[in-house]
Amino acid sequence: MAKPGKSRREFILEIVRGAGATIVGGVIWGGILLDNAAGSLVLRPPGALESDSFLAHCLKCGLCVNACPYSTLRLADVGNGLANGTPHFEPRGIACEMCEDIPCTVACPSGALDLGLVSKLVDGHSRLDINSARMGIAKIDTDNCIAYWGLSCDVCYRVCPLMDVAIELEYVRNERTGVHAELRPVVNGDACTGCGKCEHACVTEEASIIVLPLEIAAGKVGSSYIKGWDVEDERRMKELDKPVTSSEAAEKTLDYLNTDDLFDE
Amino acid sequence: MSVSRRDFIATTAAASAAAAVGINVPESAKAAQAVVESGWRWDKSVCRFCGTGCGIMIATKNDKIVAVKGDPAAPVNKGLNCIKGYFNAKIMYGEDRLTEPLLRMNSEGEFDKKGNFQPVTWKRAFEVMSTQFKKTYSEMGPTGVSVFGSGQYTIQEGYAMAKLMKAGFRSNNIDPNARHCMASAVVGFIQTFGIDEPAGNYEDIELTDTVVTWGANMAEMHPILWSRISDRKLENRDKVKIVNLTTYTNRCSDLADLEIIFKPTSDLAIWNYIAREIVYNHPEAMDMKFVEDYCVFATGFADIGYGLRDKNDPAKYSALEREITDKQTSKVLSENEATALTHLGVKAGDVMEMTHSGKAMAHWLITFEDFKKGLEPYDIDFTTKVAKGDPNESDADFKKKLKQLADLYIEKGRKVISFWTMGMNQHTRGSWVNQQAYMVHLLLGKQCNPGEGAFSLTGQPSACGTAREVGTFSHRLPADMVVANPGHRARSEQLWRLPEGTLNPKPGSHYTKLLRDMEDGTIKWAWVQVCNPWQNTANANHWIKAAREMDNFIVVSDGYPGISAKVADLILPSAMIFEKWGAYGNAERRTQHWRQQVTPVGKAMPDIWQALEFSKYFTLDEVWKEWKITDSLTLPDVRGGAQAMGYKGSDTLYDILFAHKDMTKYAWPDPIGEGFGNTEADGDGRKVEGFEGYGFFVQKALWEEYRQFGVGHYHDLAEFDAYHKARGLKWPVVDGVETEIRFNRDFDQYVAKESPGMQYAFYGPALKAMPSGDLKGPTTQEKTSLKNKAKIFFRPYMDPVEMPDKKYPFWLCTGRVLEHWHTGTMTMRVPELYRAVPEALCFMNARDAAGQGFQDGEMIWMESRRGKVKARIETRGRNRMPEGTVFVPFFDERVFINKVTLDSTCPMSKETDFKKCAVKLYKV
Repeated sequence: MAKPGKSRREFILEIVRGAGATIVGGVIWGGILLDNAAGSLVLRPPGALESDSFLAHCLKCGLCVNACPYSTLRLADVGNGLANGTPHFEPRGIACEMCEDIPCTVACPSGALDLGLVSKLVDGHSRLDINSARMGIAKIDTDNCIAYWGLSCDVCYRVCPLMDVAIELEYVRNERTGVHAELRPVVNGDACTGCGKCEHACVTEEASIIVLPLEIAAGKVGSSYIKGWDVEDERRMKELDKPVTSSEAAEKTLDYLNTDDLFDE
Repeated sequence: MSVSRRDFIATTAAASAAAAVGINVPESAKAAQAVVESGWRWDKSVCRFCGTGCGIMIATKNDKIVAVKGDPAAPVNKGLNCIKGYFNAKIMYGEDRLTEPLLRMNSEGEFDKKGNFQPVTWKRAFEVMSTQFKKTYSEMGPTGVSVFGSGQYTIQEGYAMAKLMKAGFRSNNIDPNARHCMASAVVGFIQTFGIDEPAGNYEDIELTDTVVTWGANMAEMHPILWSRISDRKLENRDKVKIVNLTTYTNRCSDLADLEIIFKPTSDLAIWNYIAREIVYNHPEAMDMKFVEDYCVFATGFADIGYGLRDKNDPAKYSALEREITDKQTSKVLSENEATALTHLGVKAGDVMEMTHSGKAMAHWLITFEDFKKGLEPYDIDFTTKVAKGDPNESDADFKKKLKQLADLYIEKGRKVISFWTMGMNQHTRGSWVNQQAYMVHLLLGKQCNPGEGAFSLTGQPSACGTAREVGTFSHRLPADMVVANPGHRARSEQLWRLPEGTLNPKPGSHYTKLLRDMEDGTIKWAWVQVCNPWQNTANANHWIKAAREMDNFIVVSDGYPGISAKVADLILPSAMIFEKWGAYGNAERRTQHWRQQVTPVGKAMPDIWQALEFSKYFTLDEVWKEWKITDSLTLPDVRGGAQAMGYKGSDTLYDILFAHKDMTKYAWPDPIGEGFGNTEADGDGRKVEGFEGYGFFVQKALWEEYRQFGVGHYHDLAEFDAYHKARGLKWPVVDGVETEIRFNRDFDQYVAKESPGMQYAFYGPALKAMPSGDLKGPTTQEKTSLKNKAKIFFRPYMDPVEMPDKKYPFWLCTGRVLEHWHTGTMTMRVPELYRAVPEALCFMNARDAAGQGFQDGEMIWMESRRGKVKARIETRGRNRMPEGTVFVPFFDERVFINKVTLDSTCPMSKETDFKKCAVKLYKV
């Protein structure tokens, strides 16, 4: 499905942009208009703020790219539809190696890459923790994943830096052979950092596991229903602190009640 | 007619499965198959990689392999494959395949050891190769030449080369890379049962209640078998228990109910602990009738050295190296050893002279009381002290696990299989620890029954089929015979149509010793086939120097250039697996054949052709004259006998060994090969340098001659054609019936013959008359016959020869990863596998890394007394190391870990211990 010379992600980006929309009215306007759509499929460095805030903060200075020891991070060119000069990475090319000292985030002068998002408290002190990064979530195409065919692959599982945490194996009996088990990789969205080592390593011709940005990949359940079997799930109720009604709404209620419209005219 | 993708899979699978088992396929399904397969041809074959022996189907189109599929009719894998098997179609088409002979030459076009490689014709290659051979052979005799063989040879290739070396050149210097992986298992089998290879088969997995892996990371190294074990666990999660005994957490631990992390080599103590639990605390668990009827007790010497050189030339071995290698002659006993060797009356600090390093194989019968006495020290406290491998685990937790392990073995009625691979084989006491596995299973009577037994897995696809069954080892002949036995030589001479006295009775050099001999200048000509000794052998700096800086001539036949090709003088381009006819034998005694699917690339030619062409350069007058081997051994001139057999002195080895009329009678074409090529028989379409073919069915002729060795001698193989009609057959194949479980009357036809009326018979003929003695040594030379009996050995714990100390504080273990095969020459050229695992990493505990000031992903040096290499650190991922141990796989020639490892071996099996040596780690 990918066109020669372009990665699948670039190809998807084009689709998002309207099949490589003809940029005639000037590169600058076109680029900015497309940022929101195209940017939404881009993987940003660890600690990146949410898309809009990230773009607002990023100085396009390139310090994070310089700091990356694996040349994972690149700056977007004008032509590729991302905000020109912003850092991103494509795991099928080079995945994030999840450095313990997170040099890219540390190098960011603007706060577009927020150390707070890749830190955790240890004994009351904030410590860098690359495992907190949420660059994206890996998704498996179970039709084309050969482990779901029953083959003994699980390459993605073994390269996962958080093996058994971010990718686990589900053992399922192979009913056809009757004597083998299928060891199917399953991504745990809560733990996946989006480093993309799985997508990079996948042995199918096009990766059958692909990392998508959180905002695209993750669904969201409203806070009005909480899992009865999981106390932790009550965290989502924080959002309930918002007032349920407003004075405006109260007026609407009165209006409704006071409108005498039940009789046929 | 349109066929959807789903229909396509369904119909092709059903049709090939049905065809395989002889079921009539409905015509409509056949028609659908014809449509989807038009333009290509499917034929059955076998996976190129591990010892599991998965069946595959190969699709060819326009003389090229275009696809593979798992063979749904293959009993081992039923259509599935692992990730290496998935890429069988791609392994032959790397862009740097060797396609023409290459010779080191000077500007004059002459052979020059310091010259660069340049292409030459095959004719020129054989001329230089034979000239160099003759130079060494006439100067040094049969011991000056050598062949590095393989557990990845096809059966016929191994057979042809063994015959050429042993019968033709009268040299026993042929040894396979299987020495590095299976030799300890072989000693275990031969000394315990008198015959090689496992009794059971893979179907035991579906019948067992307990799987215990001892130094076998099956999840990565035998993935399809592991998926069968996983399925068995899913089938009955409560009853079925999985135990993983290992020196670090590996992928098997994921499924295991119990993981036991032990210190390197302490498996010796753990087996003894289990035996002690049985004998001392649960005597009711012993199957006394089984033990009395079918077993005897035995032991051997402890002071047998470490398989190192007896003398190390200070000019070649540094003082640092000699800190370890001097232990070959004597060592100071540690506290643990003093306790473990209580039966010898020694104490800590004593110097043990390695008096019996030349008699490591000696053993004798002991009483049950002595056996019991030997086990006495191995209680739970001592075993925990010796064996607990994770410094952060409490003694109490470790003891609890040991107890659970022993209980699983002991539980009446619980079926148990013990699986092992390199962890137990690559071991300074590898033969001992193999025997200990049988010790426990035999004591309990849990051996040779459906679903229970000790089962040695193989690493290579034909370590069993070729290296062991054919006998491409320096001491062996086909069908478990050995060169040192006059009766075996006589029988081989008869089957090979040789004059009496042709075969050399002195075993040749084992794989590692071949390299040591090259360093010593006592071997000056070597031919490397289907292996990569300069990458896969420990302490590699020595061997590289020997190859490049000494006066010798090295020929490497290979599909791709690797380190061995790099140090060679002549490189020959070999046909790869599907470019030739062949057969492999897997770990469950299953022999599987395949047809040549495509023409080899370029001017690449099969190894059999190379052997036969080379044999044409030698006349009987040159090889069958008198040869002085040692001061006490001279091989007689056998040309008189040859003449009496109708041979002439001017006949070539090709004429006598390969083109004999008993072999040329197998005609080509043959109905079995209809529609398939045969490069050796007809020269294929290329007619490389005018080669028109030998005109007979070479591979069938070699097979039919070879199988005569085993028929009626417990190693019966079926006729050639039978294997092209079946999905492999498990030998012995007696009257067309394969053998599921050996030594058990219900399955093995030999039992009733050898021991009428008995349920079991351990009828293996080797080492069945033994002297008796006590735990210290034999007390009488009078031999007792052990007909039909197996031996239960007492073997003690001893420390590894090199252990971490202040200077070299870490254990280093090497091994493999699922994605890559051995030295990576094939799999590193499959782009997808390369991308998945592009480099060898140094797996390390995160606390160790922090303690050394290393960051995850940082490049560091690993240095031993022998060499150093750089690798990147991985503290996460598939292998989770206990503190104090690092693991580095050996597939990556850029992370040349065998420059660091130690070439000590099990003194009995001569198999190198790749699993343990001491290193220091520091920043680049």
